[in-house]
Amino acid sequence: MAEPQAPDRINDFVIKLANVNGTGSASANSLLMKAIFRMGVPVAGKNYFPSNIQGLPTWYEIRVSRDGYVARASHVDLMVAMNAETYAQDLQEVSPGGYLIYDSTWPRSHQLQREDITILGIPLSKICNENFDGVRARILMKNVVYVGAVAALLDLDLEVISGLLEQSFARKPKLVEANQQAIRMGFDYAMQHFQCPLPCRVEAMDKTADMVMIDGNTAAGLGCVYAGATVGAWYPITPSTSLMDAYKSFCARLRVDAETGERSYCVIQAEDELAAIGMVLGANWNGARAFTPTSGPGISLMSEFLGFGYFAEIPAVLFDVQRVGPSTGMPTRTQQCDILSCAYASHGDTRHVLLFPANPEECFYLAVEAFDLAERLQTPVLVLSDLDIGMNDWMCPMLQWDDEYRPDRGKVLDAETLENMDEFWRYDDVDGDGICWRTLPGDHPRGSYFTRGSGHNAEGRYTEDAEEYQAVVDRLLRKFDTAAGLVPAAIETPARSATELGLISFGSCDGAIREALDLLEAEGIHLHYLRLRAFPFGDEVRSFLERHEQIFVVEQNRDAQMRQLLISEGGARPEKLQPVLHYDGMPIGAEDVIEGIRRLLAQGEAA
Amino acid sequence: MSFMPKPRVAHPGLPRNELGLTRRDYEGGMSTLCAGCGHDSITASIIQACFELSIAPHRVAKVSGIGCSSKTPAYFLSASHGFNSVHGRMPAVATGANAANQDLHYIGVSGDGDSLSIGLGQFCHAMRRNLNMVYIIENNGVYGLTKGQFSASADVGSKAKKGERNEQPPIDPALTALTMGGTFVARSFSGDKAQLVPLIKAAMRHRGFALIDVLSPCVTFNDHEDSTKSYAFTRQHYQPAVHTDFVAPATEIMAEYEAGESIKVDLHDGSHIVLRKVSPDHDPTDRASAYAFLRKRQKAGEHVTGLLYVDGSEPDMHMLNHTVQVPLNRLEWDTLCPGSEGLGAILARYR
Ligand SMILES: Cc1ncc(C[n+]2csc(CCOP(=O)(O)OP(=O)(O)O)c2C)c(N)n1
Ligand code: SF4
Ligand SMILES: [Mg+2]
Repeated sequence: MAEPQAPDRINDFVIKLANVNGTGSASANSLLMKAIFRMGVPVAGKNYFPSNIQGLPTWYEIRVSRDGYVARASHVDLMVAMNAETYAQDLQEVSPGGYLIYDSTWPRSHQLQREDITILGIPLSKICNENFDGVRARILMKNVVYVGAVAALLDLDLEVISGLLEQSFARKPKLVEANQQAIRMGFDYAMQHFQCPLPCRVEAMDKTADMVMIDGNTAAGLGCVYAGATVGAWYPITPSTSLMDAYKSFCARLRVDAETGERSYCVIQAEDELAAIGMVLGANWNGARAFTPTSGPGISLMSEFLGFGYFAEIPAVLFDVQRVGPSTGMPTRTQQCDILSCAYASHGDTRHVLLFPANPEECFYLAVEAFDLAERLQTPVLVLSDLDIGMNDWMCPMLQWDDEYRPDRGKVLDAETLENMDEFWRYDDVDGDGICWRTLPGDHPRGSYFTRGSGHNAEGRYTEDAEEYQAVVDRLLRKFDTAAGLVPAAIETPARSATELGLISFGSCDGAIREALDLLEAEGIHLHYLRLRAFPFGDEVRSFLERHEQIFVVEQNRDAQMRQLLISEGGARPEKLQPVLHYDGMPIGAEDVIEGIRRLLAQGEAA
Repeated sequence: MSFMPKPRVAHPGLPRNELGLTRRDYEGGMSTLCAGCGHDSITASIIQACFELSIAPHRVAKVSGIGCSSKTPAYFLSASHGFNSVHGRMPAVATGANAANQDLHYIGVSGDGDSLSIGLGQFCHAMRRNLNMVYIIENNGVYGLTKGQFSASADVGSKAKKGERNEQPPIDPALTALTMGGTFVARSFSGDKAQLVPLIKAAMRHRGFALIDVLSPCVTFNDHEDSTKSYAFTRQHYQPAVHTDFVAPATEIMAEYEAGESIKVDLHDGSHIVLRKVSPDHDPTDRASAYAFLRKRQKAGEHVTGLLYVDGSEPDMHMLNHTVQVPLNRLEWDTLCPGSEGLGAILARYR
């Protein structure tokens, strides 16, 4: 029999839903999560899906955390096992004392039992077959029925669920009715057959009033709209596709003239990533804000043009929503594995400005900042998100917008200035910051110059002269120094007690790290935490590296890529930086961080 | 900021166009190509066409890939912005640039290697989008810049300078354009300025993708006896299919042509081109028959030149996208950013 659970499981547990993809479970699962969110309880959802359209296993994990932790938790308290094929595995995954719901229309083999958890059978198929017509409706409604049952078990507010259904089917009242009925049936069945609610359950809080539930790609797409981007070019690739989908749908609502139907934007589905980045460079060169979303394989293809953008000094904004590599890798799993290939994308001495959003909220703000930086620095800026941030729903503080904001278009000479000038040289560093003035095609005859990826001098003319060439590439280094002072600074969170230990990380590791730091602190292990937000590294990064004797670098790739970058570009002594790596494709959890740090600390003591 | 002054030199006595500019104002830097290279003649025709059309040079954007041919935008229209991109990727740059500002003229210059091998995909897709630009392929059957390897346009049996024989069938840019939806398909010869200049002028006025495949002998690597893209061979097998005259809106000269012998094709800006059929079995407004005609003459070993096909009524990329008339790079900030109020409304859905 199940162990009685401690009362503090209220608002602190994990639900995992095992489904078959293509059966409509996604909307039911997000209904469940949204309901908890609307009850004011912090929640995070993670989708583990196959690179497939129909018929393969998919899991959705909902972490309910009254403390607001958003990282993946490594246990499951309530499993909804809807996929017969993965049932055995799903059963094993439930933590002792947990619960499992399955469709009891057909009997399960007695071998598929566990004594240390509670198994709750609900005849979902039978209920649906008796109440709904048509194969499709029966399949879809099964999901809604289990949501109803879970609502009873977790003590969810049915009013809230009703409200959500009415909202999402606002234009299809018939569907609202059918869904309400399915919820009710699941709810009633659970109330009649089980002891509801369970010890792990939801109690209304007020912690989500100023929050939104949004995924990083949607937030980044919205950021592009707010940054005033007008041209988007892309080639579909998981997990970046939904970024352009979001941009397009926001534009369809916000940027189409109601009378004429005319669009103030142009989205081009390119023939491949080589073309996509070429289009982005062409549009930015011509004075529009343009961007492309992609993932690792796309970065490989875009490399030649990225070097062109660096050398010819053309703004561009690129979102790399990273997935597991190398090669095709695991397209629907997450990693932070493109750090080095992005930092130095392309042949020759190239280096690029990188931004590392940690969550959807930052995807929005850093998207806007990426356009400003790209135009200010006249160079490609790569925003490195990942599948976990990009495609999962995260709870974030309500996004804010300052109406005073105006885009920084950088050093662009307008027609009037050109008219009053005697001569214009494209690559002349007149201000000494490594950034030269540019002009836009069509503005003024005096502004013309020839953009090229071949050797050029300060005047913009072709050159094979040793000194002239070197002067340009040395200036580009100076420009990169300027960039270090302009990019968003790393954020330092000091430990609550004095310590020599430091921890550096970035991006989607942040949630796991903050949780890990709290847990380690409870054990008496204190660490100062520095979260990188950009490359090149600013002075604050160098100072952090100097101030700490032992620094753990936590990242989601095999080769400790950020550590390598910190050594080669941050001037850190290699022995100072100890890698804590997680790269199996699942989002990193607090336990992964803690385990890595404990192991390294133990090694240090042994040595 | 301080920039070096340089006085502007006027050239009295030179003929001026409607903008008061001379042909000189349409020239570029000194060519660094081999003396006698066909590409230089094409450069001269582009200069002539732009001068005659009285196009403001700074309203033109020149784009190219990599190759001897792709270097040439540096040799014309020095008052235009140029973009010498990477090998085979000029169509993408042109697409993005055009997306940002549809009000400029876009002249793309490419080579047969640039467009038919490494860049074949981009070339096809730009046509599929009916990108509004003039796209000139300076076609010499070889990779000039990398010293004479066969390109994909080399004819079967054509011999390289060192004697190697090409056995693979050629990709014909004009046939490719007809297949991919190019809305203006022409061919000419670098040495035939009388034909090429009106073709470029017509292409500049065409709204949509205008391809001109210009046979342009490479004197250094492909102008020998066994080459099918040499000056001698081209002159010998040259077949002007359709004679083109460009007519600006103000100056109709239709009367010169006998009825039944000429076809008038309207261009979007009110001007039109008059096509005189030299070959009785060619109709340049019918894609299928243009294709069949080209195939037939190709079999006979002829380079059919002239305006092979034109349709000015197909929507271009922006029309298909329903883009606003104002160039996207000129839109006012308040039309682009929904502001804090808008954000609240948008985020209500994510609660
Ligand atoms: C990615 C890449 N691969 C190879 C080259 C080398 N390359 C330069 S030009 C050229 C061929 C150019 O041929 P074509 O377009 O016909 O121009 P032409 O010189 O004949 O005018 C090649 C292969 C390059 N610049 N970039
Ligand atoms: S190598 Fe051939 S194509 Fe290149 S410049 Fe010389 S003649 Fe022209
Ligand atoms: Mg060639």
